[in-house]
Amino acid sequence: MVASNDYEAVIGLEVHAQLLTESKVFCSCTTKFGSEPNSNVCPICLGMPGVLPVLNRNAVEFAIRVGLATHCTIAHRSIFARKNYFYPDLPKGYQISQYEEPICTRGAVGIEWENGTRNTIGITRIHMEEDAGKSIHDISADTLVDINRCGVPLIEIVSEPDLGSPHEAYLYLHAIRQIVTYLGICDGNMEEGSLRCDANVSVRRKGETKLGTKTEVKNMNSFRNVERALEYEIKRQIGVLESGGRILQETLLWDANQNVAVSMRSKEEAHDYRYFPEPDLLPVVVDDAWIERVRKELPELPLVRRDRFVEEYGVPAYDAGVLTEEKFMGDYFEAVCASLSARTKDQFKAASNWMMGEVLRVLRDTKIPIGEFRVSPKNLAGLLNLIADGTVSGTLAKEVFEAMLESDTPPREIVEAKGLMQVRDEGAIEKIVETVIAENVEQVQKYLDGKEQVFGFLVGQAMRASKGKANPKLLNETLRRKLESLHTAQRPG
Amino acid sequence: MSVTVQDVEHVAALARLSFTPDEKERLVRQLNRILDFMEKLKELDTTKVEPLSHVIELSSVFREDTVEPSYPPEEILKNAPDRTEKFFKVPKVIR
Repeated sequence: MVASNDYEAVIGLEVHAQLLTESKVFCSCTTKFGSEPNSNVCPICLGMPGVLPVLNRNAVEFAIRVGLATHCTIAHRSIFARKNYFYPDLPKGYQISQYEEPICTRGAVGIEWENGTRNTIGITRIHMEEDAGKSIHDISADTLVDINRCGVPLIEIVSEPDLGSPHEAYLYLHAIRQIVTYLGICDGNMEEGSLRCDANVSVRRKGETKLGTKTEVKNMNSFRNVERALEYEIKRQIGVLESGGRILQETLLWDANQNVAVSMRSKEEAHDYRYFPEPDLLPVVVDDAWIERVRKELPELPLVRRDRFVEEYGVPAYDAGVLTEEKFMGDYFEAVCASLSARTKDQFKAASNWMMGEVLRVLRDTKIPIGEFRVSPKNLAGLLNLIADGTVSGTLAKEVFEAMLESDTPPREIVEAKGLMQVRDEGAIEKIVETVIAENVEQVQKYLDGKEQVFGFLVGQAMRASKGKANPKLLNETLRRKLESLHTAQRPG
Repeated sequence: MSVTVQDVEHVAALARLSFTPDEKERLVRQLNRILDFMEKLKELDTTKVEPLSHVIELSSVFREDTVEPSYPPEEILKNAPDRTEKFFKVPKVIR
């Protein structure tokens, strides 16, 4: 019997993020994804004898950026080290990484739970390193190796073992993804491997202060898999302890098809990386001027922006969360708001509703990112302005929006071309109302007999008769007035 | 501190090398001679000396983030012991 409530999990994550530099970290080959195998390779990233790596300035710049965004201390001097291990996709036989003196240390990242509570997760360190190549095991009897990815710059963000549950790990990973994409240093795509995550997991009885033996779980290539793999591993460890067993320190590979974590290799030799300082690369010196310049250029970060959206635009916290999920989404929303003719909270809320409703629906259906969304913020704001000043009804605005998706035309032109302008002509509306009254004698009589609900039905009929173009307020008033006069006429005496 | 046959076997395994018993014995002797020499160096008082990671008194040599043409794949694969049309080929490393 597993009494899992008696245990608590202790989780730390190691997140690898591929940096969006143009060229590799130590040579000038492109970092472009999806090229022909072994076509973005030179003697340096192939690890030929006698070549010398030279550090890409932007890789350092990006590392400083993420370090500052996670409140780390940026080392004025850091050095590279060789991490030695044998694998076919690592042609040099070592990975250039940082070990004893990484570029960033001791930071923190804020996470937010679904109920709005927040806490911070400690960052132990962030270091720079190079990616390995790609081994392909499943298309031939042999292992095939593509070196293209070899030398693509990575940062590894190592968290403190502050995560107490798979869901907290998920929220942390989400926060990291948001930060690196906001900073523009990584595209955050877990499925394509530009963001990767390994976890160190152990369990202990509640109240116990000593850490249990940990295992490392790898190959969790989606957010969903991270949560599922951690749940699996925590349950497995508790099961082992409850049946009197001991946890072996080992590396497990998550198998998303079978929903199991499979032991990869014994730790005994695997972690003997024999690090030593990389003699081919000089120490990296970062002065205060550089750090301060990067600090000044940092964009507003997700949680801060979310709070500001609530404050400045008066949108609910949930909406603010959706709107700040991606940087471009927030940028788009703010651009829409800036183009509104009435900068009121009602209008901001209307802008938010359109983004959360129509815009998100289109993005989801067409699977395009907000950055490539066809409708410009200015034109979406134009449409909201037309709704606000009564030129077009909310219902017909959706039709205008559909047309805007076809070609990013200013909404006023669409409204005019399609004749979707709201009818505000009292004479025209009166005529429609009279027709509806004449055609619905029975319903009108019910209303006159006191059945107030029928009014809604009659409004619907009149709106339909106007092809949705009647100004609703005017239509309501006219109908009410006409019915009242009928009522008076019918009153006995 | 001295090197044992087990140490040699461990390091050899990490380096994917295999040795005959004679070779292992020879490596034990050679490695121990190197460590003996390190003992000699230890006689020097270095308590006030900063550990040195690099001998050149230079730092922060960067290249700008610009892309230069890579080598043609044919050149890159030229020295491969074994290959397919586009890939390096090695014995299967996982089951």
